[in-house]
Amino acid sequence: MAATDTVLKPDHQSKRKHFIFTDEHEQLRESIRAFVAKELAPHAMEWEETTFPDSVFHRMGELDLLGLDKPEAYGGQGGDYFTSLVLGEEMTGANSGGLAMGVAVHTDMAMPPILAFGSEEQKQEWVVPAIKGEKILCIGITEPDAGSDVAAIKTRAVKDGDEYVINGSKTYITNGHRADVIVLVTKTDPDAGYGGFTLFLVPMDAPGVIREKKLEKLGMHASDTALLAFQDVRVPASAVLGEIGKGFYHIMWELQGERLIGAAGSVAGAQKCFDRTLVYAKERKAFGREIGKFQVIRHKFAEMATKIESARQMVYVTAWRFAGGEYPVREISMAKLHASRIAVEVADECIQIHGGAGYMKEYGVERAWRDSRLNRIGAGTDEIMLDVIGRSYGL
Amino acid sequence: MTPTPPFTDEHEELRESIRGFLDREFAPHSQQWEAERWFPDEVFPKLAAQGLLGLKYPTELGGQGGDYLHEAVLVEELSRIGSGGTAAGIGAHINIATPPIWKFGTDEHKQQYLVPAIRGEKIGALAITEPDAGSDVAALRTKAERVDGGWVVNGEKTYITNGVRAHFMVTAVKTTQEGGHHGISFFIIDRGEGVSSSKLEKLGWHASDTATIAFENVFVPEENLLGELHEGFKLIMANFQWERLAMALGTVGAMQLAYERTAAYARERTTFGRPLSKHQTIKHKLADLATQAYTARCVTYDALRRFVAGEEPIKEVTMAKLMTQRASFELMDECLQIHGGMGYMGEHWAQRAARDARLGPIGGGSDEIMREILGRLLGL
Repeated sequence: MAATDTVLKPDHQSKRKHFIFTDEHEQLRESIRAFVAKELAPHAMEWEETTFPDSVFHRMGELDLLGLDKPEAYGGQGGDYFTSLVLGEEMTGANSGGLAMGVAVHTDMAMPPILAFGSEEQKQEWVVPAIKGEKILCIGITEPDAGSDVAAIKTRAVKDGDEYVINGSKTYITNGHRADVIVLVTKTDPDAGYGGFTLFLVPMDAPGVIREKKLEKLGMHASDTALLAFQDVRVPASAVLGEIGKGFYHIMWELQGERLIGAAGSVAGAQKCFDRTLVYAKERKAFGREIGKFQVIRHKFAEMATKIESARQMVYVTAWRFAGGEYPVREISMAKLHASRIAVEVADECIQIHGGAGYMKEYGVERAWRDSRLNRIGAGTDEIMLDVIGRSYGL
Repeated sequence: MTPTPPFTDEHEELRESIRGFLDREFAPHSQQWEAERWFPDEVFPKLAAQGLLGLKYPTELGGQGGDYLHEAVLVEELSRIGSGGTAAGIGAHINIATPPIWKFGTDEHKQQYLVPAIRGEKIGALAITEPDAGSDVAALRTKAERVDGGWVVNGEKTYITNGVRAHFMVTAVKTTQEGGHHGISFFIIDRGEGVSSSKLEKLGWHASDTATIAFENVFVPEENLLGELHEGFKLIMANFQWERLAMALGTVGAMQLAYERTAAYARERTTFGRPLSKHQTIKHKLADLATQAYTARCVTYDALRRFVAGEEPIKEVTMAKLMTQRASFELMDECLQIHGGMGYMGEHWAQRAARDARLGPIGGGSDEIMREILGRLLGL
């Protein structure tokens, strides 16, 4: 045997598959990637100006992408949680954080509580058309005076005969302008503390639902973010989602899935930004050589790759627990905190490596930072994640 | 309170009056200018009417006969406008476009460009960066070829502040085949035939008309050569210290303002039953921010004091530029974080301040270049 045969050499180009994924997941990944590159990515710049069109939902419904991990009984594909994770990761290929967020709110934030807590009628009415992409979902938690402080929400639902009358306002609602229905967090008993919350499924065309204004934002421009008002909105008792008085716990459960899919998106977005910047660093020359060949820049890449990998491993292992039926709140909070932070750091470093070009709109790197910056605020701020983690240790 | 050296009571009075003027005349419009991606040209004559475009320039040219310290006060206060792009446009005019004419220009240059610039009638820009030459000045490609009575310039400049509105551009051009340190010259180029600008969209500085400027067979008369032929590199080096110091100063003002506004918000906003500022993590964050702002001020004022004293403090200025620009972005980002979802919204000052501050570690020589300079100065 030749001596060289015994020498192990790393093959940095070899495909690496994480243990949570099977060949089927990889095939799904390939097909989503092709769809995203062909039908979504070319419109990214345009949709930053106009917000993405509703037809994206219709098209994704046609391609069976809106119910990957949802039961076949409601038109889903009956896949495992990791299929949804694959979608969340591959949507970053659209180069549009706002688009990825709009779709994730539909599939991974608003739909799961209807499936978990909804009646058969509610599932037929909303989940079936939502999986087809014919109806669009949103979820309303935050209010002008209650963000991470969910217990402080003021939107009231008051029983009146067989109906409930809802009054209040919600803000920063993704899909708020295009949605057909909202999963709405209300207070039904202001004196019952955490036991006083109830979820409702409120059709967005119900009288008294006012879509006040499209909010302008630092990033996520392709997404429509709404300020909503509810003025004497009447819904039947059958619009209650889950149990009366259990709304707080329902929404805390929902937030776990939301944070995990958000973390996965953060990691995938950071990877995308890294890859593009790597190409740039191999092309751009300064002081007579490729900038990637300067030690300072090379080390920046090494640092970024290490950060991304650490966050990816946290997300995958936590997703594996979540998919296995555990309720790993501490780990999800850690993954969300870390992934959001590194995504912003990586995007910022990519701007820096691009120099002046990174600050310009046409390169799209500044957009990556603006978009990812939301992740440290949305679905529970860094501070809230830290608080959840701290309290999980009895502090 | 006693003014912090190198400033004196006289400077603090000037500060008060500038602050009042900016708060009254410009700040109320900043939101609109940001949205329109343009601040009006009238900003210049308005500043001129207050004597603010010529604080450091001699009275015989229409200036106020002050010095760099008076200018420093203005630069620090520009953040009051609440629009990084507007501050940048003003800053480009007073800090980088006109100083080379003052220092290296002939009497004719001063009469023709500096005097109207101080009056706010002509707006200036400094044009050095090119698509393939940013911090790497020796790689410039824009070239001038000799013709009868002058030069013909061809090439492209980019990321030029005031690049659309400027009446004249103080432009770095290769005047030898090789270019490089002894092959670059500066020309004052008037906007005219062959000069075309296209505005760039950016992460921040939205009110600024940052542009790419193309020069196509632009004739520049002999007398518009600024400084010595082939020795333009000296001009670049001569003003770098003030440019970087000015960036640090602008940041010092912006950080202080952002801290004060965020602390005020944290006292008002209630979550979990008490003001945000009473939550320990937020209180400690604010303490950190106040410390960062103070650190930035101290390091900058020290460099300024040395600069004004004629010490040529390249090391101190470089450190001040490096430290303040990164610190400012981090501070603005924390302010955004403390404001939560509201800070992320389009009309909110915190997200704008973060976007605007992000240019700091890139413009005027990137952080990497600052560290490279420091490495050399430290003998590494």
